[in-house]
Amino acid sequence: MPPILEVNNLVKRYRTVTAVDGISFAIPRGICFGLLGPNGAGKTTALEVIEGIIPPTEGEILFNGTPKTEAFQQEIGIQFQHTSLLNFMTVRETLLIFQRLYQAPESIERLAEICNLGEILDKMNDRISGGQAQRLMLALALVNRPKLLFLDEPSAGLDPQARRYLWDIIRGIKNEGRTIVLTTHFMDEAEYLCDEIAIMDHGRVISRGAPAELVNRYCAGVTISLPRASVRTPLAELPFSHREVNGRLEITTDRVDAGLAQLLALKVDLAEMTVHSPNLEDVFLHLTGRKLRE
Amino acid sequence: MNWQRIRAMFKARNYEFFRDKAAFGWNFLFPFLIIAGFGIIFGGREYSGFKVGVFPVPTDVVSRETASSLPQKFLATKYLEFIGFSTFEEGFAKLKHHKVDFLVRLDSPTRQYWLLDSSPRGYVVERLFQASLIPDGPGFGEKVAVPGGGIRYLDWLFPGILAMNMMFSALWGVGYIIVRYRKNGALKRLRATPLTAFEYLTAQALSRILLLLFSLVVVWLGVELIFSFQVAGSYLDLFIVFTLGATSLTSLGLLLAARGTSEEFTSGLVNFITWPMMFLSEVWFSLEGAPQWVRSLSELLPLTHLLRAARKVMNDGATLAEVGPECLVLLGVTLVCLVLGAALFSWNE
Repeated sequence: MPPILEVNNLVKRYRTVTAVDGISFAIPRGICFGLLGPNGAGKTTALEVIEGIIPPTEGEILFNGTPKTEAFQQEIGIQFQHTSLLNFMTVRETLLIFQRLYQAPESIERLAEICNLGEILDKMNDRISGGQAQRLMLALALVNRPKLLFLDEPSAGLDPQARRYLWDIIRGIKNEGRTIVLTTHFMDEAEYLCDEIAIMDHGRVISRGAPAELVNRYCAGVTISLPRASVRTPLAELPFSHREVNGRLEITTDRVDAGLAQLLALKVDLAEMTVHSPNLEDVFLHLTGRKLRE
Repeated sequence: MNWQRIRAMFKARNYEFFRDKAAFGWNFLFPFLIIAGFGIIFGGREYSGFKVGVFPVPTDVVSRETASSLPQKFLATKYLEFIGFSTFEEGFAKLKHHKVDFLVRLDSPTRQYWLLDSSPRGYVVERLFQASLIPDGPGFGEKVAVPGGGIRYLDWLFPGILAMNMMFSALWGVGYIIVRYRKNGALKRLRATPLTAFEYLTAQALSRILLLLFSLVVVWLGVELIFSFQVAGSYLDLFIVFTLGATSLTSLGLLLAARGTSEEFTSGLVNFITWPMMFLSEVWFSLEGAPQWVRSLSELLPLTHLLRAARKVMNDGATLAEVGPECLVLLGVTLVCLVLGAALFSWNE
C-alpha cells in the first residue's frame, strides 16, 4: 500500500523569497507526522501548498499514490493557524453549516464527543474561550470524517492546561486510525504527539525521523550538572568527559547509573545535582546552532 | 453546482444579518429617518417657493401693510415668500448667499431691487416683479388648469431613498463583508471545504438580495403608514424592478469584493462608487439641464436605471414593458459583474 501522502521536491517561491525549498517526504498511514521548526521556517506555507490552499511553484504531491484530484478536498480535514469563525452563530449551528458542505459528514454528537464540545454546543462562537475555539476548529476539521488531518500549530496561544487537553484529543483522533500532519514550534508537542518528524529550517527539511531516533542520532548521552564547588577531586582526574559552564560542572555520559556510581565513589555532594536528558530542542540546536524559539 | 452547500452559506449569512441587531436596525431605520426627515421639513407641502427679501422692515415677518409700497399683484403672487430685513447690508448678505432670490427696497420711489446676475430663480422673480408693474389689461394666452396636485416631491424622492439604501446595503453588506472575511481568514477556512467560489458567491448574492427586498418591504410599509405614497403603476412591476436593481447592485458588490484584504481600501472604493451614484443617479434632484457629459456619465450607473424604472412605474404608471430598456441594462450589469467577479475572485488574496 502506498503512503497516504508523498511530497516530492516541493518548492514555493514568492518574488524574492523561497518559502519552501525542495522538501520531500512520505507519510505512512495512521501516524502523526510533525513538521517542527521555528517561526518562519516555512512549515505553514509547506502545509498550505500540500493542502491545496496555495499553488506550488514546483514539485509533486501524491495522495494515496496518485496526484491529487478534486476528491482530495472531501477526504482531508484542515485546522488553520489563523482563521476566524462565522459571526453570530452558536457552536452547534457552525458545525451544522459545515456538515452541509460535505457528502457524508460526521454527526454533531460524535464531533462533540471527540472534541468535548457537549457543554458549549449552544454557546455563541464569540462567547467561548480560546481552548474551546481551538477544539471547535478541530471539530470542523473532522466534520467530513477525514482520513488525513492537517493541523497547523494546533495549540498556539493556549495555556498549558488547555494545550495538554488538546493533545489528548489529538492522540485520541490518531488512535482511531487517522493520519495526522501537524506543524509546531513546540518541541514538547512534537515529542508528545508525533511518531515521526521532519525538522524544517529556512524552507528545507534538515533532518527527519522518530523523535527518540533523532535525539539518539544527534544528542547521545545524558548531562549531569553539579556546582563546581561540590567536586573536590582535580578535574583532570575525573573519569568522564566534562566541561565548566557558569560555575557548574557538566558531565556527559551514556549511562546515568554508572556515572552516578562514579560520582558517589569520589564523594561528590549530589544535593544540587540536576540531570538533563536531550530533547528535540537540543537536536535543533545541534543542527542549526540556534534554539527553536530564537 | 451543489444547492445544499449554497443553502448552507445562504443560511449562515442570514443568521449574521438578522442577529446583528445594530446593523439590522440601521438598515430599516436609515431610510425611514430620511423620509421622515423630509416629511417633517416639507410638512407635506411642496417646496417650490421663491424668497423675496424686503427692507427696511423692523422684523423678518412681512405683512401686507408693511410691504404696501410693493405692487399688490406682486404681493398676491402665489409661491412668493417675503422675508424682512432691517438694513440693506443684512438683506444683501443673504442675497449673496442665495438665502433669498430677490431683494427690494420698500422706501424707494424708483422701486430699486437687487438680484444675482447668475441666479435663474432671481431672474424669474424679476420677471414677476416687472409684470406686476404693468397695469391690468386683456390677458395673453388661454389658461388651462390641470386638476390635482401632480407628483409630490416626496413621491418622487421615495424611490430614490429606497434605491439609495439598497445601494449602500448591497455594496457595504457584500463588498465590505467579504473583504473582512478574507482578511480574518474565514474565507480561507471555507476554501478548505468542497465549497466552490461560484457557490459561495451565489449564496452571498441570494442572501443579500433577499435581505434587500425584505428591507424594502418593511421600510415601505413603515413609511406608507405615515405618508401614504401614490403608486400609479403595478406593485408587482415595481417589485420586479427593485428585484432587478437589488441583483445588479449586489453583483457590483461581489465584483468589488473579488479581491483584496484591506478593509480601508475597500471602504474607499465603496465610497468612490456610492457617492457619484448618489449624486448622479438623480436620488435627490433631477439632472435635467445638467451638462451632457454629466448625463452620459450617469447613464453608466446602475442606480440611474433602477431609479428611472422605479419612478416611471411609481410616478407615471409605466408597465414592465415600458421600462424594458432599464431592466435590460440592470440585467446586463448583473451579468457582467457576476462573470467578472467570479473570474477574479480569490479566497485569500
